[in-house]
Amino acid sequence: MQVTGTVLTTRRVDAYHALTVVAPGIAERHRPGHFVSVAVGGPRTSMITRRAFTVHDVKPDYGGTVELVFTVRGPGTAWLAERRARDTLDLVGPLGRPFPLPRDPVHCVLVGDEYGAAVLFPVADALMERGCRVDFLLGGASADRVFGAMRARRMAATTTLTTEDGSLGLRGKVTDALPSVIADTRADAVYACGPMDTLRAVTAVAMEFDIPVQVAVEEAMACGIGVCMTCVLPVIGDDGVTRMVRACADGPVFRGERVRFEDVGTIPFDALGAPGGGARHAG
Amino acid sequence: MPVDMRTFLAHVELANPVTTAAGCAASGRELAQFFDLHRLGALTTRSVTMAPRAGRPTPRMAETASGMLNAVGLQGPGIDAFLERELPWLAQRGIRTIVSVGGGTVAEYSELARRLADAPGVTALEVNLSCPNIEDRGRVFAREGAAAAEVIASVRSIMRYDVPVVAKLAPDVADIVSVARACVDAGADALSMINNPLGMAIDTVALRPSLAAVTGGLSGPAILPLAVRCVWQVHAALPGVPLIGVGGVMTGDDAFQLILAGACAVGVGTALFHDPYACLRIERELEDLLQARGFQRLADAVGLAHRPPGSAPRHLLVDSEESSP
Repeated sequence: MQVTGTVLTTRRVDAYHALTVVAPGIAERHRPGHFVSVAVGGPRTSMITRRAFTVHDVKPDYGGTVELVFTVRGPGTAWLAERRARDTLDLVGPLGRPFPLPRDPVHCVLVGDEYGAAVLFPVADALMERGCRVDFLLGGASADRVFGAMRARRMAATTTLTTEDGSLGLRGKVTDALPSVIADTRADAVYACGPMDTLRAVTAVAMEFDIPVQVAVEEAMACGIGVCMTCVLPVIGDDGVTRMVRACADGPVFRGERVRFEDVGTIPFDALGAPGGGARHAG
Repeated sequence: MPVDMRTFLAHVELANPVTTAAGCAASGRELAQFFDLHRLGALTTRSVTMAPRAGRPTPRMAETASGMLNAVGLQGPGIDAFLERELPWLAQRGIRTIVSVGGGTVAEYSELARRLADAPGVTALEVNLSCPNIEDRGRVFAREGAAAAEVIASVRSIMRYDVPVVAKLAPDVADIVSVARACVDAGADALSMINNPLGMAIDTVALRPSLAAVTGGLSGPAILPLAVRCVWQVHAALPGVPLIGVGGVMTGDDAFQLILAGACAVGVGTALFHDPYACLRIERELEDLLQARGFQRLADAVGLAHRPPGSAPRHLLVDSEESSP
């Protein structure tokens, strides 16, 4: 649904921006892993594609609020970073498929790289409500790019931090620390969000341990609702056939082992409808 | 008094002139979660091809000033899956559906027409002529009147007489009127214009083209003036041919420009990416504009901007009468 939300608070979280928006209809329907899309630039803007953001937090205050976490990467997010309390925002959501949650109280490792970690906090809340043990593994290039370390420490059984420059926690990437975290916590499942390379490496580690892994991908989107067909990636279906599926409508959450990370950005030759796979000409 | 928004695409009546543009409504289900699709004048499907198509590699999209480039490459399920899953879903709900088709040869278009000829729920057939012709070194059919006419003549001869065939024209041609005329002579019942003009953007950080396919179709408000010009020229040359104006329509005012230039229906595409409710909003805004200008019927405004300079602005009289004491 589309909602004109009012900005409640804005804050800086280290290298990131966080925006809390009153959006009752969206907050009510939100499940962990859902995302929202935001129109940027105001009315009559020259920026016509919406920006997609994962939701860091949902609260029942003022009828329902959602908190978005983002980094300034272009004119659209720069505009969003300039919003102040009482400004209005055009939001559409909740969008996408949420994270599936285990029925049994199992041990889960939540891996977040950079601000991708934001989406994992509602997941952690939902898992803990079901009696699951939650362990966080958060990382970033430097200390100010590790998102949510404090909150993770308060809620999780253990929290492991990594930075590439060694300014916080272990030196290295989240995936360097992941095998020992899985082993130490006897994890039954992994939830991950971050850049595609990180998700690829996280999936490889989880597959080595033979435990399920759910990943939320960050693909560039124009519409967020499944009509523009620009956010596709190759994913293997239940029937074993690879299809170019939409990160927005068919994701953003996928089973890690189903995503063909090596082939993201290409059309694999064996994908359904790939060029050369038949009498393919047009377009 | 409400404005009579009905319009005719050849002999097919549409309840209102606002349609989705081809390739901008996916299978229809995606938009149905936001609003009742019956409120559209018609839904235009993505361009259906014979075989399933995976489309182009990513990145497929780049935002540009007041527009965007796309190189999706007609990703779609192919005609079999379309007839099995997508068209019946629309037909069962009684949604007016313009089916768009794309092919690489005249034979492929003909085969698509044969498959669709007996399918229930096809309100009209739109022929996407901006596909590379593999029998002509990959140059698109729409670039030349004879190639476009060959496709249209073949499709027209196969489709049932009561299903209008609409030719979708590209603006990247020297003389759009000659291509339009060739299509009409070949049997096209209506014309739709414009398809995306080709554009390109370069990523100045990566120092490479922004799109994996290098070039892509430019859409969004940046191309509205191009669409208005094409509709204007074709309506001036072929005033009796129904035109669907497509290209950069974001507001009712944009749609009104195309109507005044000669379009009897308006396609909304990129606006849907920004606002899922764009079609309903544009229809409402267009109706308000017509009402404010004193029109009782949409049909009275079609092509009105072509009237000679100095002729009386008769429709404005209603407003002044009402405002006088």
